[in-house]
Amino acid sequence: MSSPLDEIANGEYKWGFVTDIEAKTIPKGLSEDVIRQISALKHEPEFMLEWRLKAYRQWLKMTEPDWPNVTYPPIDYQDISYYSAPVQKKPKEGLEEVDPELLSTFEKLGIPLSEQKRLAGVAVDAVFDSVSVATTFQDQLAEQGVIFCSFSEALRNHPELVRKYLGTVVPSSDNYFAALNSAVFSDGSFCFIPKGVRCPMELSTYFRINSASTGQFERTLIVAEEGAYVSYLEGCTAPMRDENQLHAAVVELVALDGAEIKYSTVQNWYPGDEEGRGGIYNFVTKRAKAGANAKVSWTQVETGSSITWKYPSVILQGDNSIGEFYSVALTNKYQQADTGTKMIHIGKNTRSTIISKGISAGRGQNTYRGLVRVLPKAENARNYTQCDSMLMGDRCGAHTFPYISVGNNSSRVEHEASTSKISEDQLFYCRQRGLSTEDAISMVINGFCKEVFRELPMEFAVEATKLLSVSLEGSVG
Amino acid sequence: MEPILRIRNLHAEVEGKEILKGVDLIVNPGEVHAIMGPNGSGKSTLAQVLAGHPAFTVTEGSIIYKGQDIQETAPEDRARDGIFLAFQYPIEIPGVSNSTFLRTGLNEVRKRRGLPELDAFDFVELVKQKAAMVQMDQSLIDRPVNEGFSGGEKKRNEIFQMAMLEPSLGILDETDSGLDIDALRIVSDGVNQLRSPDRAFVLVTHYQRLLTYIVPDFVHVLFDGRIVKSGGKDLALHLEEYGYDAIKQEADAANGVSN
Repeated sequence: MSSPLDEIANGEYKWGFVTDIEAKTIPKGLSEDVIRQISALKHEPEFMLEWRLKAYRQWLKMTEPDWPNVTYPPIDYQDISYYSAPVQKKPKEGLEEVDPELLSTFEKLGIPLSEQKRLAGVAVDAVFDSVSVATTFQDQLAEQGVIFCSFSEALRNHPELVRKYLGTVVPSSDNYFAALNSAVFSDGSFCFIPKGVRCPMELSTYFRINSASTGQFERTLIVAEEGAYVSYLEGCTAPMRDENQLHAAVVELVALDGAEIKYSTVQNWYPGDEEGRGGIYNFVTKRAKAGANAKVSWTQVETGSSITWKYPSVILQGDNSIGEFYSVALTNKYQQADTGTKMIHIGKNTRSTIISKGISAGRGQNTYRGLVRVLPKAENARNYTQCDSMLMGDRCGAHTFPYISVGNNSSRVEHEASTSKISEDQLFYCRQRGLSTEDAISMVINGFCKEVFRELPMEFAVEATKLLSVSLEGSVG
Repeated sequence: MEPILRIRNLHAEVEGKEILKGVDLIVNPGEVHAIMGPNGSGKSTLAQVLAGHPAFTVTEGSIIYKGQDIQETAPEDRARDGIFLAFQYPIEIPGVSNSTFLRTGLNEVRKRRGLPELDAFDFVELVKQKAAMVQMDQSLIDRPVNEGFSGGEKKRNEIFQMAMLEPSLGILDETDSGLDIDALRIVSDGVNQLRSPDRAFVLVTHYQRLLTYIVPDFVHVLFDGRIVKSGGKDLALHLEEYGYDAIKQEADAANGVSN
């Protein structure tokens, strides 16, 4: 008797459509000229262009990292277009002037932007290819002094804030992909929460890649001043295409003394097809700096991309600061993920928690790579790491590379790891109690990921559970 | 009267190896049948095949449940139609609470029976009542399914789940293995309370011990994939005394004659 799972369409990607819209695209290739064009198109201040060019010159001297546990053919950086934006008739003043085609695209993705339909309690910045098309609830947020806008808008309206914090967590020369991003980044989100303010709603950015042969390079900067609080969500999808597309983002979080930033991601870029054709190369640098008594939590659910290379990290600079990393990474079909975190303990009594759940199915390869570094002055630092892998089938792989370096005697670092297998027996047991196969898989996976999902905002947790089930359809049997 | 279960000439294999080689069995409502046999005779396979475990392939014969051939029926549909298998080795599901798990299953079963879904309050009430039947500690209800349970707790949990799902046909696969005498008595009491004129049980067991607590109407001896002897409850005692070897010789002799 064949498992009914075999009959279910094999993990269909439901976000793979293409929007037909006129776009302004800079021809393929990368040079100082291209960078000047990007900067000019965006009417950027002079300092920004200088910063980009410096990053570009640094990038030219760098080499692509070869240490990640992933394989892919060499990327031709001259064969990518670095800027593509939907043509807007005139500069948009309000939502009513946004191209209806764009609005309907986001609505199809479950991100309604129009006044009547937008998500209650969540302000959304919608980024389409290289530019932000709309940001909701800006006025309400402004009443509290909260700035939430696209990066371009921030450069126009708050250049001094951008200049003060840009590159302070991830310097432009940090790594190959961060340098590339610094040179060519096109848009992204900017959030600023002033001292003592608790941001009244969730802030969210939705990234959509549409154009072919275009790289997406967005940059997000979140600053929470002393005692401020913000919860930020990020989602992303892309059309199904046979060729690979490059996505190299940088996210910088600045949590000043006593501030708290909660950053949640549901990453669902196109993962490629059954044979491993196409899919997004997701090379992302995410890092936070935490002041005294500050807290930063990264929660990520990674289900998409053909290759994921990503280590959301926290530099625990201030005394008593807290860093958390909760991750679910799923690789199915031919997907490869090399992901984890870095917790750098600098201040005294700093604490970090790492919970990583890797799920491998199909021919997926899933690697956890994590660094816990306790510097000599970080007295009484604490770290707890739990790293669990689940395998479905026998053609996939799970790998764990923990790096631990402790520079004093008063700190304590714990590492636990486990590997398990979702078995036909487990599913049969559930089905024997009346559960459908889909419910059974969803329940088993949900149980495995529970510690991570409970860190996600409610709606996201439900979404993430569904996403995992869809991504795993057809992988057991 | 329509039998609950009618098995005809059932052959089944796993990974190309034939385990069941022509099983015939009729189970009527209200009856308790014990399937006994030495290790490797195919007892557990029979239990799993009845529940529809996908690892086994039926190659010949039929399983008629309540008048329907269920060979093509998915395990979850068999469960919803009232077939319950108490596992020999209950499976652990980390991170999923017993109550969430069972409530999902129960509501599927209720849906099939045309009953409304149970809300959280009614569910808790039902849990209390049924847990008492097997003296199961309430705290186990909120713990992840079978995770960290002792062997006895796992078996008790199986019978508790059976009580919750109220099946028409309960199949108990070596439920007595790994139970001490007190736990065995509690589990057996639970099963006895569930006996009713419209419900039947198939008990798969290696030892006679269980059958002193749950007294069967019929005892069948399974040997090398076939039922070689059937009788009343006394057959179990006979087996206890003379062992399976005697049956084996009888079976061989019988085959010799008929051939």
